[in-house]
Amino acid sequence: MSTKIKINSQIFQDSNNVYYPKDEVEVSDLIRELYKQDSPTEIIGNNSKSFIGNKTQSANTTSLSKISGIIDYRPEELYIKVKACTPINEIEKVLSENSQELAFEPIDFGYIKDGKSNKGTIAGYLSCNYAGSRRFKVGSVRDHVLGFKGVNGKGDIIKSGGTVVKNVTGYDLSKLIAGSFGTLVALTEITLKVLPKKDSSKTVIIYPNNFEQIYDLFNKLSSSSSEISGAVFIPEHSNDKEFSAKKNNVFKFNDLESKVSFVAFRVEGDKISIEEKINNLKKELELNNSDISILDVYQSEPFWEKINNLEVFEKTEHNLIRMVIPPGNGSKLCKYLENNHNYFIDWCGSLFWIEVNSKKEEKIKDLKKMANDFGGYLTVIKTSSEYDYGEPIFTVDKVRLMISEKVKQSFDPKRILNPGKMYRGV
Amino acid sequence: MSELALPKIDNSILNRKSEIVKNLSKLTDKENVLSEADELRPYETDALSVYTQTPLAVVLPENTDEVSEILKYCYSENIKVVPRGAGTGLSGGALPLQDAILLGLGKFNKILEIDYKNKCVVTQPGVTNLGITHAVQHKGFYYAPDPSSQLACSIGGNVAENSGGVHSLKYGTTTNNILGVQMVMMDGTICRFGGKSFDQEGYDLMGLICGSEGLLGVVTEVTVKILKTPDVVRAALIGFPSIKEGGDAASEIISSGIVPAGMEIMDKALIEATDNFSKAGYPRDAELLLIVELDGTESEVNELIRKVEAICKKNNCSSLKLSNSEKERLSFWAGRKAAFPACGAMAPDYYCMDGSIPRGKLAEALLEIKKLSEKYELPVANCFHAGDGNLHPLIMFDGNDKEQLRKTEEFGSEILKTCVRLGGVITGEHGVGIEKRELMCEMFNDNDIQQQLSIKKSLDEKNLLNPGKVYPILRKCAEEGRVHVHKNKDKFPDLPRF
Repeated sequence: MSTKIKINSQIFQDSNNVYYPKDEVEVSDLIRELYKQDSPTEIIGNNSKSFIGNKTQSANTTSLSKISGIIDYRPEELYIKVKACTPINEIEKVLSENSQELAFEPIDFGYIKDGKSNKGTIAGYLSCNYAGSRRFKVGSVRDHVLGFKGVNGKGDIIKSGGTVVKNVTGYDLSKLIAGSFGTLVALTEITLKVLPKKDSSKTVIIYPNNFEQIYDLFNKLSSSSSEISGAVFIPEHSNDKEFSAKKNNVFKFNDLESKVSFVAFRVEGDKISIEEKINNLKKELELNNSDISILDVYQSEPFWEKINNLEVFEKTEHNLIRMVIPPGNGSKLCKYLENNHNYFIDWCGSLFWIEVNSKKEEKIKDLKKMANDFGGYLTVIKTSSEYDYGEPIFTVDKVRLMISEKVKQSFDPKRILNPGKMYRGV
Repeated sequence: MSELALPKIDNSILNRKSEIVKNLSKLTDKENVLSEADELRPYETDALSVYTQTPLAVVLPENTDEVSEILKYCYSENIKVVPRGAGTGLSGGALPLQDAILLGLGKFNKILEIDYKNKCVVTQPGVTNLGITHAVQHKGFYYAPDPSSQLACSIGGNVAENSGGVHSLKYGTTTNNILGVQMVMMDGTICRFGGKSFDQEGYDLMGLICGSEGLLGVVTEVTVKILKTPDVVRAALIGFPSIKEGGDAASEIISSGIVPAGMEIMDKALIEATDNFSKAGYPRDAELLLIVELDGTESEVNELIRKVEAICKKNNCSSLKLSNSEKERLSFWAGRKAAFPACGAMAPDYYCMDGSIPRGKLAEALLEIKKLSEKYELPVANCFHAGDGNLHPLIMFDGNDKEQLRKTEEFGSEILKTCVRLGGVITGEHGVGIEKRELMCEMFNDNDIQQQLSIKKSLDEKNLLNPGKVYPILRKCAEEGRVHVHKNKDKFPDLPRF
């Protein structure tokens, strides 16, 4: 580990020696100096998601939290350009005033961290690239980034993309930045595509009898031309009384029987087309009115918020795993999980949130093997206090690691920015 | 067009041609290595046919291992490689080099797996864009990005250029519709990014490769997402008495919260040209024609059509026709899809531009192009992907007339200058290739370009893969930190920096 340095500049430092550059020029000055001195830094925003990823091997900490504010919002052009550490809440508020939204549905990781809402900043969100329930329909965070500006590991201010949706001028670096955990650039500016908010929503609840039926439902839902914008499975968890009680409490809605397993899917649009889609889907899924219940908009909206806040895992002290696999292998994974871990399924069968008891840490290795065998991957999003990092929290193969090292080298040759946050050597 | 600067020719490679051909023939069937002048001729150009160049040899490998062995050999012998898909690119990205082998992926023409459970198709890169839809449409699925060349262009080429199409406003471009790629790096390393699941963890290398114009690797397999065909698709054909009213209507449709499946604009010159060519039945008295396509469930589409009608009437449309059958909908598109050949029929040559601008500036851009057309005394026909602000002005000229050629280039330069001034970019979907590489310094400053070159260097340290494309050659800004315009050598010498 390198030693902490004192740089010769006007950049504000708090009592913990955290640097707070106020604009991109100060970020550039700071990183250029750190580059000269070979002294790496951790990059943070509002600290809402800094618990995700490995601990960085840095002597310094740089907070970009002062680089905040909306630069240019053009509702008619469907984009918003913001300073990188603008809080998501602030962005969502101005978009909502124009009946627009961030379609990828940002997850609020504050609940699993300490039980308090904290969506953090857009830079943090882009750096993780974790989209919410609507992902399988609208794409991930990376699909909504039109351009960015930031500072690479040498202190150079760089940009890529623009404000228009059609743009193939040069490499698409916005994609590369998404999910890079601050290891390539310190972001200073982000332009996002925004979309009109749907008028209304309803959620249909189905109570399936077995695993085969769950995936049969998911398959029929994703094959339907009556588009849905969310589909989850919440299992009963009868063998863990404490978790079961928590789950029942989280999903306490008038029209939902939360004590048993259920599949929930969301239909959005204008009121007439919602009814039409639900009727079509009832036929396609061969559902009778007696088999289902329907959450109206006043229940539907908070229901999906609770899903995207990961509220069933609120303040978890265990390990929380995010596993993504092709849905075709989902029912096999479901069967394995049933007797072993608390979990729920999102993205119409692709995304699994799995809680691994801190005393069963060795199970993470088994899950990782399964993710790999099923053609997917897993990330340990939150680790228990006893986690020994024996099993790396990210999954990467040899060739991808080799290429990742080369890409890292091209942005940050001295590994100044968040070194080790993802993989050793990156 | 102007004389083209290409990377310095390595004479030692030219001198070793017969030895290289012999060695390549050991790495694939010898029938797959072409080296005679008449065999090479079809590969001399892509769809930017004003530039031609004979390659050293053409190699047509049949599988990924062969691609890997060929690249490994070229890497060790310092031989340049230009990858090529179907050769339909409009920016010269697959233009051969004299001292490079042209690596054609035409034999990679099989669909490997159709997986309805995971809603994806695993395909070789030489399969055409439309070939994927044809393979799944009997089950009610399709592949969304639809470049106008979709009948001929290959999915591998689509990945290289991040191709879009008329439906990209609602359904995105190639990068938003692929799940994984297999790729071979210049040193022969075979790698896989993504697969059948969403959003691979770590750096989004698939996202980096998509749109990299064959500079970072050779794609040998692609996994694409397939979507369910919508229940109802209807189109509206709307004529306007002025450019401004039509452009404003298009902007208002988007800002009212409607996301059409496709929205196209054609100007009067193109309405006439295409109507003569394809008998599409377009309103010939209109100054501007708007085609809006809406899809979804029946009630959804009806509601959207009602809103679009109201907006167009408010903006004084002169005619409005709705498609009442699939046949009629396709007939609405027939003229638009024939835009290029229609222009080809009107003049010996046409030059297709490709810029993007903010949607709200459409009317302003159209009026500006009209003025420029009068200034240069060259006819221009305009088709625009109005939904996403992507402009395709088609300048008609006679390539044999040197003066017209010069004026065409200047005209093109001024159009792109207009795009840049209005807050847009120099290429929306055709790619930079060789055509627009000298303009990269207008879009990007030295730091930006250095960063991109540095990525290129990290993945292709010897600069052997498709050199001379995308990044400036004439201007030294990239290497020396300054912009230097060579007199008469630059296609767009007077664009402003921003």
